[in-house]
Amino acid sequence: MGALLEVSGLNAYYGKSHILQGVDFQVEQGEIVSLLGRNGVGRSTTIKAIMGDVPPQGSIRFKGREIAGMKPHQIARLGLGYVPENRDIFPSLTVRQNLLLGQKSARQTGRWAMSDMFAVFPRLEERADTPAGVLSGGEQQMLTMCRTLMGDPDLVMIDEPTEGLAPMMVELVAKLLGEIAERGISILLVEQKLTIALKISRRLYVMGHGHIVFEGTPAEFVADERVRQEWLEV
Amino acid sequence: MLEIITFSTLNGVLYGMLLFMMASGLTLIFSMMGVLNFAHASFYMIGAYFGFEISRRIGFWPGFVVAPLLVGGVGALIERFGLRRVHGYGHVAELLFTFGLAFVIEELVNMFWGRLPVDYRVPPSLDFVAFKLFDTTYPAYRMFMLATAVAMFVFLILILKRTRVGLIIQAALTHPNMVAMLGHDVPTVFMLVFGVGAALAGLAGVIAGPALVTQPSMAGLLGPILFVVIVVGGLGSLTGAFLASLLIGLVQTFAVAINGSLFDLIGPTATTIFGELGSVTVAQIAPILPYLLLVVVLIVRPTGLFGNRET
Repeated sequence: MGALLEVSGLNAYYGKSHILQGVDFQVEQGEIVSLLGRNGVGRSTTIKAIMGDVPPQGSIRFKGREIAGMKPHQIARLGLGYVPENRDIFPSLTVRQNLLLGQKSARQTGRWAMSDMFAVFPRLEERADTPAGVLSGGEQQMLTMCRTLMGDPDLVMIDEPTEGLAPMMVELVAKLLGEIAERGISILLVEQKLTIALKISRRLYVMGHGHIVFEGTPAEFVADERVRQEWLEV
Repeated sequence: MLEIITFSTLNGVLYGMLLFMMASGLTLIFSMMGVLNFAHASFYMIGAYFGFEISRRIGFWPGFVVAPLLVGGVGALIERFGLRRVHGYGHVAELLFTFGLAFVIEELVNMFWGRLPVDYRVPPSLDFVAFKLFDTTYPAYRMFMLATAVAMFVFLILILKRTRVGLIIQAALTHPNMVAMLGHDVPTVFMLVFGVGAALAGLAGVIAGPALVTQPSMAGLLGPILFVVIVVGGLGSLTGAFLASLLIGLVQTFAVAINGSLFDLIGPTATTIFGELGSVTVAQIAPILPYLLLVVVLIVRPTGLFGNRET
């Protein structure tokens, strides 16, 4: 069997601008992979194209099935989870309602129950019945991650989960990522900073100008100063 | 005086609830899909005509149930095979589509039923006097309309607040893409909301047809007021649509009932200050009051009373 997620020759456009110009990478079963790069190189667009939110061109295979061209909800139902960068919570709904909407149907049971979420983040339980819109940025980040997990995905794609968070919250995010990995769920982590990515990833990809410019293990990445200078450091 | 106040309030609330039956669907559809559906009042009209056709064949009550369902079905089909295809070409294309649809429906109605009003009557079972206050009687049919509208409102709230589909709809009002990426079939939810919105407008037509006049211009007469309601209430806000419906219903009915002018209020000085305007009665300017309200709201609060987006 091939990789869990196999992306090859992925192209995507925003209007007339050619954002992704042939992206190739894969994520194996149970693997944590990071996609690094500066702002605007197309990391978020890559995930959105995989989810079908941006029309993709090229091949995206998930669990051996071609998913390019499918609708977002069909892709999600195959077991692909997406945690957006802008913390797209539903602000007028309560924390509990947000989590319920993570489930794909009322009777879904999977690897995660609401009690698991509350165990990792007791804060969410305390605020279960408040509108999600009044939560702090960090709490909203927790909520988006937990909401996606409630849908029991086999691969979660997480876009910049630590951006703008206090160090304590970053710790919590890292803890949850650990829990996800422990349950055998694959993670595709999009990051700009290296803090978490280097610690937990098995492999790293670096993106620049709409395609992959580096692929390797964290050790190989640390050794390759040229890549860091050219494609990451500002 | 008490008489005028009582009946104007009743009629105002009734008119307001009728408006709300249409405005609720319109505002939900706008909020979710970003489409201002110009053909929404047309669903109200075909509701009345379907109700008329069914009632003259098998009776009012079958029409009362079947006509809204038919209109809802037509609405869902229009969304699925019309609007959804046009969607890819952007909002202008969608607007033009619904705009054209309103004309098509009006012409179809002209073709099938002619330009003159049809004889859609209050059913005998509801054609009696509900109560009498002082010397004025109030027809039972109007009480029935009010009850239907209130029941519809309660039903809508229960679905939105108590069911899972309601939860998905509420979330999709602001974040349709995110809801889809969580695995919910948003396109089908859109079709459903469009269909239910059309059915609600159709039901309003079925019950308003006999009380008002069932004619091809009824959509055109009502459409503009509907837009006033949802803009004043705040585009996308159900609470706003509800209050604005009642507000406009009451303003219009009361204005029609008041036969006074500025001249009556402050005497001859009115004529010196306002000229001929001073002797215009409130009843005479009643039809423009909603639009005046619209302009004032847009100046003072461009997002509408309860909206949170720029109109």
